[in-house]
Amino acid sequence: MYHIPKWQLILVVVATLLGITYAAPNVLTREQADRLPQWLQPVSLGLDLQGGSYLLLEVDTGYVFREQLTSLVESIRTVLRKEKIKYSDLGAKGDTVTVRILDAGDRERGRELVRKIDPDTLIENRDDGLFAVKYTEEAVKRRKLSAVEQSLEIVRRRIDELGTREPSIQRQGEDRVVVQLPGVKDPDRIKSLLGKTAKLTFHLLDDSVGPDEVAKGRIPPTSMLLPSVERGGAAENHVVRKRVEVGGDMLVDSKATYSDGRPVVSFRFNAAGGKKFGDATRENSGKFLAIVLDDKVISAPRINEPILGGSGIISGSFTVQQAQDLALLLRAGALPAPLQVLEERTVGPDLGADSIRAGTIASLLGLVLVVILMIAIYGVLGLLADVALTLNLVLLLASLSVLGATLTLPGIAGIVLTLGMAVDANVLIYERMREEQRNGRTVMSAMQAGFDKAFGTIFDAHVTTLTAAALLFQFGSGPVRGFAVTLTLGLLASLFTAVMVTRILVIIWIKWRRLKTLPLD
Amino acid sequence: MRLIERLLPHNTKYDFIRYRLVAFGITAFLIIGSFVSIAVKGFNFGIDFAGGILVEAQSTSGPADLHAMRTTLGGLNLGEVSLQEFGTTGRDIMIRVQRQEGAEKAQMDALAKVKDALGSGYSYRRVEIVGPKVGGELVRDGVLAVVLSLAAIAFYVWFRFEWQFGIGALVSTFHDVITTFGLFSITGLEFNLTTVAAILTIAGYSVNDTVVEYDRVRENLRKYKSMSLYDLLNLAVNETLARTILTVSTVFVTVLALLFFGGEVLRGFSIAMLWGLIIGTYSSIYVAMPMLVYFNLRTGKDKAEEEGEGGATQAAP
Repeated sequence: MYHIPKWQLILVVVATLLGITYAAPNVLTREQADRLPQWLQPVSLGLDLQGGSYLLLEVDTGYVFREQLTSLVESIRTVLRKEKIKYSDLGAKGDTVTVRILDAGDRERGRELVRKIDPDTLIENRDDGLFAVKYTEEAVKRRKLSAVEQSLEIVRRRIDELGTREPSIQRQGEDRVVVQLPGVKDPDRIKSLLGKTAKLTFHLLDDSVGPDEVAKGRIPPTSMLLPSVERGGAAENHVVRKRVEVGGDMLVDSKATYSDGRPVVSFRFNAAGGKKFGDATRENSGKFLAIVLDDKVISAPRINEPILGGSGIISGSFTVQQAQDLALLLRAGALPAPLQVLEERTVGPDLGADSIRAGTIASLLGLVLVVILMIAIYGVLGLLADVALTLNLVLLLASLSVLGATLTLPGIAGIVLTLGMAVDANVLIYERMREEQRNGRTVMSAMQAGFDKAFGTIFDAHVTTLTAAALLFQFGSGPVRGFAVTLTLGLLASLFTAVMVTRILVIIWIKWRRLKTLPLD
Repeated sequence: MRLIERLLPHNTKYDFIRYRLVAFGITAFLIIGSFVSIAVKGFNFGIDFAGGILVEAQSTSGPADLHAMRTTLGGLNLGEVSLQEFGTTGRDIMIRVQRQEGAEKAQMDALAKVKDALGSGYSYRRVEIVGPKVGGELVRDGVLAVVLSLAAIAFYVWFRFEWQFGIGALVSTFHDVITTFGLFSITGLEFNLTTVAAILTIAGYSVNDTVVEYDRVRENLRKYKSMSLYDLLNLAVNETLARTILTVSTVFVTVLALLFFGGEVLRGFSIAMLWGLIIGTYSSIYVAMPMLVYFNLRTGKDKAEEEGEGGATQAAP
């Protein structure tokens, strides 16, 4: 009469076998697991368990926008000068570039020229020949987005160059990048590498400005004053022409090497860059060429002869490490905007190992205590619930492995809690059976009623806890999300094991022992 | 099985509801006390929320000289620096540095200073830096998660039962959440991300407990048409008492395992869970259930019977 549906038996057997298969790799050592195929891997451990470094970076998208406006100002200046249109009040303020075209007759032509510089701009006429140039909202958004994408790529290249094991670099939200570096104990070098935009440009020194004028702050609008990082160099600052002769984006390779026994960085341009560099050095022989990195002059050597091969060296006062880092940065390319570290979490490998040990002990101890408690209270029925609970644990571990979820220390806490909460379903069922039996039902009928009547309660209780877990996953961050994941999977598994699996076990037991009553009283 | 009879109280006839006014008094005291402590004393926020630096350093040679470290780090001008020894070897020191004025970069510079000052005699087992921006966001997300989960739980209970049950579940869960906040405020235990996880788990567990009892109330309402609400609620608590005790016990032992063997990182979490277990069980029996006495759960002719039992209009405790 109370037969077990065949599909349930098959489902339980298949789930058990799959569960054991997928959970099994978790007891292997790392070396053994590495030999297993890709689909059969142990659960991946969070950085708090395996040790490593987590960095949350933010791309300064405002910087990109400011750069954009500055270059727009320069382009307007160049165009208007070339066309001999008189102007004043040229400058960028907030999100707007303004320029006043003085001759009324030039205004229409000037407006047209400015508009053509960048199709993403909108021009607005204000009073008396004053034009306000703005980027369209859509263009601003698009450029910010592309700056973040580009940053992601550059960060990836820089970290790849360092050869860390299995780094993970992901975008988060609108302008953030999450970098996870398993096994990295000290992220200081990585942070310092990511902290540089590494924008390299070659400019001519402006020799028309004497030191007196610099002191008075009289710098022509086409030049700028940049600090020098040359140690022992004569000048603290250099007056550098704003015009970029060649940019670092045209570099194809860069290496740290030695010249006269000192560490230097050698570089090579692509064909176009090589030609530009050749032209610039030929036309300006005898002048000084400033090598500018991130708005600082690394060195400003005199151009003795045209450099036509498309390659050269940068010699500053580098240490070997600095030369290597600079070469790496130049190879990987410049960041479109500076990055800021918002959050850093680093866990040493020994603390991770301690946490794994602590988590394992707590889980096993929790399991043993629950198992003993259930047997002490319910005897064989308790033992059957314990079998189901163990299967729950196996399925939880298997689903974590299959889903590629990350196990964290709070995640282990979730597993331990699941142990305590999952048997609640069994307790509800057994207590119900006891009551039904007292009300005069036969063994099978009481058993069935116990499962049927407790199910609604079990379901409601699960839904409420799952709701809390889901919100925790949505709003939690980092390791705490791991807690939400294990709690959720554990509770879902318990709906299956505590209800369906236990029921099958109880029926088999009753039939096997030919019980007339359930030993609950 | 005689053991069951001995360990689990079955067929009890305790009058839980009778002590409702005492219970409401205790509940009100706990809630008000928590609010007062939160308002006056506030929280000992961990760096997750307050921002700042946390360094777990281990001396590589013998026990760490806490006094010397305090002097060295105190002289760095980094504001409040707290040092705490933990573990059994005397080599492990937890260093907390308050959030530095200024932007994210200031935090990084401060860490470099700390590492420089400590020199090479220490290895760093854990380093965490949270800048002001992220700290603010984590606070916002934590508050949002707690508020939304309370709302979602109340909504679900309302949907599955009646609105009166929804209010009962909301009040008792709110009580558990607030008093857990209160516990952290009064004891000065560090309040961090895992605390939020504990609070949400407590909310889930407590409402789980409440739902089990409400389920029984609903069933009994159908079964015993003429029983007074007072007796009916008592019956439901007594009928589920064995289950309540057993489930609390199983969760309790697992939390104890976490508390004693889960390590430093999970300590605050385990303490919160332990508290939540006790307070959650209390609130299901003494807050969620007696509240129903004041609601009109029966309609039609049943109403008359219930009038004699403590009033039919809603009244908040």
